[in-house]
Amino acid sequence: MSIPSTSVSVTSSAAQTRAAYLSHLLALAQRSETTLPWLRELRDHAAVRVQEQTFPSTRDEEWRFTDLSDLLAVELAEVGGAEVQAAKLAELAKFYLPEADQSRLVFVNGIYAPQLSSLHHLPEGLTIGNLVNLPEAAQQHLQTYLAKQTGAEEVFTALNTSGLSDAAVVQVRKNLVVETPIHLLFVSTSSPALIQPRALVIAEPNSALTIIEDHVTLNEGVYFTNSVTEIWLGDNAQANHTRVQRDNLAAFHIGKTAVSQARTSRYTCTVVNLGAKLARHHLGIHQTGEQTETTLNGLTVLHGEQVGDTHSTIALTKPYGTTRQIQKNIVDDRAHAVFNGKVFVPKEAQLTDAGQLNRNLLLSSKARVDTKPQLEIVADNVKCTHGATVGQLETDEVFYLQSRGIDADSARKLLVHAFAYEVIESIPLASLRQHIQL
Amino acid sequence: MVIGNSDVILSVKDLTANVDETPILKGINLEIKAGEIHAIMGPNGSGKSTLSKVLAGHPAYEVTGGEVSYLGQNLLDMEPEDRARSGVFLAFQYPLEIPGVSNLDFLRVAYNSKRKHEGLEELDAFDFDDLVQEKLGIVKMDAAFLNRSVNEGFSGGEKKRNEILQMAILEPKLGILDETDSGLDIDALRIVANGVNQLAHSNNAMLVITHYQRLLEYIIPDYVHVMANGRIIRTGGKELALELEERGYDWLLEAEAVV
Repeated sequence: MSIPSTSVSVTSSAAQTRAAYLSHLLALAQRSETTLPWLRELRDHAAVRVQEQTFPSTRDEEWRFTDLSDLLAVELAEVGGAEVQAAKLAELAKFYLPEADQSRLVFVNGIYAPQLSSLHHLPEGLTIGNLVNLPEAAQQHLQTYLAKQTGAEEVFTALNTSGLSDAAVVQVRKNLVVETPIHLLFVSTSSPALIQPRALVIAEPNSALTIIEDHVTLNEGVYFTNSVTEIWLGDNAQANHTRVQRDNLAAFHIGKTAVSQARTSRYTCTVVNLGAKLARHHLGIHQTGEQTETTLNGLTVLHGEQVGDTHSTIALTKPYGTTRQIQKNIVDDRAHAVFNGKVFVPKEAQLTDAGQLNRNLLLSSKARVDTKPQLEIVADNVKCTHGATVGQLETDEVFYLQSRGIDADSARKLLVHAFAYEVIESIPLASLRQHIQL
Repeated sequence: MVIGNSDVILSVKDLTANVDETPILKGINLEIKAGEIHAIMGPNGSGKSTLSKVLAGHPAYEVTGGEVSYLGQNLLDMEPEDRARSGVFLAFQYPLEIPGVSNLDFLRVAYNSKRKHEGLEELDAFDFDDLVQEKLGIVKMDAAFLNRSVNEGFSGGEKKRNEILQMAILEPKLGILDETDSGLDIDALRIVANGVNQLAHSNNAMLVITHYQRLLEYIIPDYVHVMANGRIIRTGGKELALELEERGYDWLLEAEAVV
């Protein structure tokens, strides 16, 4: 019989294509250079992790709804450097935030751009800059944190580490409260390119900071952003983190945010996904001490044929932790949103309180959403809730606005804005909230 | 007030309408002139709310026959937003909550869409603020309400007062109140009714739909219509409401059945 053997050969050729593509990505990643021996060791170790794995397909449970096949067809190249054409500078400046005008780190195609960054009048005790230009003592200290988060071995995270030659670094010394928000602006200008931004944030005990991580583009061509941000919160530290993704509609974006929370630390993350042809963000929260607070606000807005995937993993391993998560998706046309929210509550994590809500607004009959809450609870004295809703704009809602003289189109826009508002409101900077008006 | 030769604002003739292909309105005839306050009463399911929605243009209600003329225009040909801009106002039984849109902004957008329709210049935020401050007293609303999201977290009474505030700003020619009194305590009811009384004058008309006679102690109607089974089965003066309060609807329904 020839049919089974044909199907086997198709499968294996698809597998070969994926394996070849992963090798292509790894080879590209490794072309970036480093002179630091410890970094080279870290990279080599990660490269081995990549080689041990396969490029995901929809047969992998974690990628069931997000098909990366289109990426396989894109032949990527090295990034073209960190230059921004003079003509594009004004366009870039639109992404600058007045509240963070003297606390901005800019990376172009993953490469530090000192001429675009602005670091002035910052408090002593705040270490901010790019990894390779930091004093050697600071670099030494960072080695205990860089690529040490849970999940560092995952294929795209390891791919990022395998090409790690520099990173945005923010470290806040013990007891220091940094009032100025810190803007990490990652710009892509290169195509077709593999762009691998990296950030490391360390909030020492009792410190506090606000971070805006913004992924933007000045480029209309295809590229693949594979970004990793690691955040370490010491005892009683506090971080308010906003992550915005507005890549162009040809781009692929895979992002990882890995957070480690020590005792009584508080982490708030607002994620806004607007861009990319296909975007996947994985937010991993790992609790290492008691009584942590975690607040996750997510908004994904998709049009055309965009795919937007939000995965989150919250591992509550100690007592008295609380988490509040809301993920909102607005899906129009033939776009496709995916949400997978895992919450782990093992036996030790007694008296935890975990709430998760996923709300979806479908604006077209061809729009699609796949939502999968996934709570694994072993502890017996906990409060865990989850919910998922899928809805459309109701005729009654549109009619109410029409009956006040507002035309149907404007009424729909206003209602979409109202749906998104809860998440947009949690962005701590007014200027950024303005940028993200839908 | 009934004024002999005042203009006809609304004229409804043999109006029939379906909801989900079920006939609800089965031949409504109604004429409302400037200066008049009409009340429509009737048991649940009689079609009172449907009539208000049809007049305001709700797309889920399908008009199957009859005519509605509003200030000489064919109302049924107009989009809901155009009806609103032309002066038809429906105060909702269940007003919508709109998170993230301040009450003030919402009022201004609504007000300016009407101004634009009338060929007038839109009011800027400052001038509009003055206008709103002046109107707040009509429904005894605190200015703090203006900065809150539309109806979000408002009590039942606050939502209804907010509807009347919207009406005060839009100054309709025809104000339709759909069970605005339901769920209100007596204080809120007085405030709402008092607001309506301040807004009713010789150039406009009010159509008050209610389940309870109680509201009509505060808003004195010129005409009371009783609706049952999709038709107006009796029309009288304000004393009809009192009679209904005393005797219920059954005697009218029976009389109707006999006819």
